[in-house]
Amino acid sequence: MSLSVKHLLGIRDLERQDIELVFQTADQFKEVLQRPIKKVPTLRDTTIVNLFFENSTRTRISFELAEKRLSADVVNFSASGSSVSKGETLIDTVNNILSMKVDMVVMRHSASGAPHFLSQHINVPIVNAGDGINEHPTQALLDAFSIREKLGSIQGKKVAICGDIMHSRVALSNIYCLKKLGAEVTVVGPPTLIPKHMEAALGVNVTYNIREALAWADVANVLRIQLERQNTPLFSSLREYSLAYGVNRRLLDSLQKDIVIMHPGPINRGVELSSDVADSGQSIILNQVENGVAVRMAVLYLLAGHQQLAN
Amino acid sequence: MKTILNGTQLAITIDRLCHQLIENHLNFEHTVLIGLQPRGIYLSDRIYHTLQKLLPATPIAYGKLDITFYRDDFNKGTALHVPNETDINFSIENKRVVLIDDVLYTGRTTRSALDAMLDFGRPGSVELLVLIDRRFTRQLPIQADYTGRTIDAIISEKVRVLWKERDGKDEVIILE
Repeated sequence: MSLSVKHLLGIRDLERQDIELVFQTADQFKEVLQRPIKKVPTLRDTTIVNLFFENSTRTRISFELAEKRLSADVVNFSASGSSVSKGETLIDTVNNILSMKVDMVVMRHSASGAPHFLSQHINVPIVNAGDGINEHPTQALLDAFSIREKLGSIQGKKVAICGDIMHSRVALSNIYCLKKLGAEVTVVGPPTLIPKHMEAALGVNVTYNIREALAWADVANVLRIQLERQNTPLFSSLREYSLAYGVNRRLLDSLQKDIVIMHPGPINRGVELSSDVADSGQSIILNQVENGVAVRMAVLYLLAGHQQLAN
Repeated sequence: MKTILNGTQLAITIDRLCHQLIENHLNFEHTVLIGLQPRGIYLSDRIYHTLQKLLPATPIAYGKLDITFYRDDFNKGTALHVPNETDINFSIENKRVVLIDDVLYTGRTTRSALDAMLDFGRPGSVELLVLIDRRFTRQLPIQADYTGRTIDAIISEKVRVLWKERDGKDEVIILE
């Protein structure tokens, strides 16, 4: 068994079996992470570079931990303080790094499609750690893995993705992933933050009413408002957004059922999610973070093994 | 195809291995059994249940160990292995560990298992129990402490252990 792809550029390219293989492998890595010695020697002859052209806390630490738990050698790179600011191109930067015998690339970039572009020019496996407003595949995998862990399966489950759908790579990857695993997906947010034609293009339901979406859902994945990607104002104020679309205790109590609350982080407390909800027993936000390491270990393991088969 | 052990012989052999274990470990107070995934666990399940029948009042620690992440042939051109469950919910610190596998061939699985096992603690001692020992094929200096049957088979021949739970019948065969 191995993945049908050489790179993990997006969930769009994956088959359902690929996702299930990642989960099956991640289950075992999760067990490894519970041991007194949380490390296996599998990738001891592999060097991985983490290329972060955009800010990150969770994803970067999660990838680095995953790599170290697999015994890989890790090189970290961030755009600030590098030769990128001297005008070096992406391909030149990466080729220079690869000529120092690096075996895998994990990349985050603010330009959508940057890892896809890179994959046409270099030979080693690339893992997309988020590209612009396109995809963030490992986040979607760990989100689905966390739902599966909490609810037993994904098939037939109802998931509401709430907030800034337009600028969220997490939303797009989650939609692909959940649909491939047989879940029903509703996106909810202000009309200005939901792209047109989503229903037809991706097979999701669209609503502009958060209460209606949460009353329908088993799981709510609440997204952050990506102010850094909004060039023109798309809603009047954060306070107004919070009043209309913020998920808070009173809203959840009015639903008469307990739904699972998720958030990919970082949370803007009091904007899209209130603190009491984020820290409640309904929230699996920290489980998501914990599962992130196991899921990323699985992705790295499967891609490293796949590369060797191809050779 | 040649049958090495039929169902009855297999049952007798497993009984004998269990008695040998009791001979050396008596009350199993400091002993833990660890079956190796994926194929060794059918044997270790049988051994565990037989021991439980022979010693009904004795609790015996029994776990399963997967060695996928410790293999020495990852990225050496062999197929990618999908990992199996590891289930060791006890400490092996200073315990007498009995590793259980179905066939001892090159010894590489056992080596990986020793590596994997050490991540759960430092055992007092380690023994190896196998159903079939293929002689003269070892690539590492490893031998079994308890052996069901020793056989001579050439490299092109394959030894298959069939289990009722998985294959519908109990049998050990050699395929050309």
